[in-house]
Amino acid sequence: MRMTFLDACLYSLTGMLVVFFALVLLMCIIKLMTAVGDAAQKRKTPAANKIPAPESDGERFVIRQTGPMAPGTAGEVKLYDTDPRTAAMLMAIVANETQTPLNELRFLSIKEVKE
Amino acid sequence: MSIMETLGRLAQTSGFYMLAFSWRQLVMIVVACVLLYLGLVKKFEPLLLVGIAFGMLLTNLPGSEMYHPELWDAYIAGQLRLTDIIHDGGLLDILYIGVKSGLYPSLIFMGVGAMTDFGPLLANPKSLLLGAAAQLGIFAAFLMAIGIFGFDPNVAASIGIIGGADGPTAIWLTSKLAPDYLAPIAIAAYSYMALIPLIQPPVMRLLTTKEEREIKMEQLRPVSKKQKILFPIVVTIFVCLLLPSVAPLLGCLMLGNLFKESGLTDRLSDTAQNAMMNIVTIFLSTSVGATAVADRFLNPRTLFIIVLGLIAFEFATVGGLLLGKLMCKLSGGKINPLIGSAGVSAVPMAARVSQLEGARANPSNFLLMHAMGPNVAGVIGSAVAAGFLLAVFGG
Repeated sequence: MRMTFLDACLYSLTGMLVVFFALVLLMCIIKLMTAVGDAAQKRKTPAANKIPAPESDGERFVIRQTGPMAPGTAGEVKLYDTDPRTAAMLMAIVANETQTPLNELRFLSIKEVKE
Repeated sequence: MSIMETLGRLAQTSGFYMLAFSWRQLVMIVVACVLLYLGLVKKFEPLLLVGIAFGMLLTNLPGSEMYHPELWDAYIAGQLRLTDIIHDGGLLDILYIGVKSGLYPSLIFMGVGAMTDFGPLLANPKSLLLGAAAQLGIFAAFLMAIGIFGFDPNVAASIGIIGGADGPTAIWLTSKLAPDYLAPIAIAAYSYMALIPLIQPPVMRLLTTKEEREIKMEQLRPVSKKQKILFPIVVTIFVCLLLPSVAPLLGCLMLGNLFKESGLTDRLSDTAQNAMMNIVTIFLSTSVGATAVADRFLNPRTLFIIVLGLIAFEFATVGGLLLGKLMCKLSGGKINPLIGSAGVSAVPMAARVSQLEGARANPSNFLLMHAMGPNVAGVIGSAVAAGFLLAVFGG
């Protein structure tokens, strides 16, 4: 069976359209799934349980615990001259270096040592 | 019979004697050894290339009688049944039944599904568009195979699928549309997949500016377990209803992924991605290599296929990058176009290339997870393209 170049162009165009159609359809389905999932999650989570953004009073970050604590948590940690991102990294490093799961460690405070 | 006569007859039945009258088989043995070198020393997709090359070596040893292309010709012509092939065929004929029936590529896809995390795709569904755009290579090579090299449409479709950069899909489609070309197409597909770190970067740098390559993308949103479990079920229902011919490949891919994500079938997931995958890879690679018999493989058309395969890969990269650039413009510079080139499938090599190029432009750039979205979308995209080509040219 031989095919003219024009026919081949038409088949190629149709093929690309079919591929795009299938994947765009999938994209819409995923977006729908996400929207439904998010809506269901919002209904489940009361507004009071939202984690507040950390407040800063210049040198010290204070993270206030307003809702119920997460399972396995060891409480609050006080941060002095340390932003939450750096604190999270330090905690991960300590857990890794000591080969101890993070939920078995208790950090009371983290303070930058200035020399 | 004298001892000399016996020795003379023994010599005449030896492969060395037969090889003296068959330069083509000698050339194929050299080609097999070169491929073994590429697999073992240069580490070009060794898990597959070593098996393919060894299958090629076995099938071209005169007198080994391990694979009989004439039996398969008769089977395709309807003159033989599979039971006849089992009865009269060699070891590699029997293994080849799994290729011919589409069993091995589908089982490999199940293993791939069990190893794939669709999380980055679910976190950024627009990745699917990049996976679709990168299928441009398939249709560009198809067009050239017909327009320039004069291949039949079914062979051109099989050559085009090399651009999907997905070995099992290429083998699956070619075994159905153009079985005589299975060996060169499989070798081209796997060789170019191994060469992606060399093939893609020049095109990536050519089509993007330094500013575009430096773009840092926002962190992906977390994806819930429920979404990950629902995804394979939903994809199977919608895509297989849309294009039923793709069901064996996509169904197995999604089944493997469901084993992984459900959390209740860990043993099955482990088997699919390890033991089963390894066993099927051995059968698939050796039987595909066995189809490279001298009088069919040593043909100028094999060279055309190798050239078209490279063109297919380049166009696939271009397709993904161009849509990536468009999405970059439309998003106000939030999308790094380099992730578009990962839409060519070849998981995870193409995503790694996007990461490396992004990091080269800006060392603090981490594109890997962003590129994994188009990368796994490319797997789905190439399976859909293969389903389309089979539906059109398989009749």
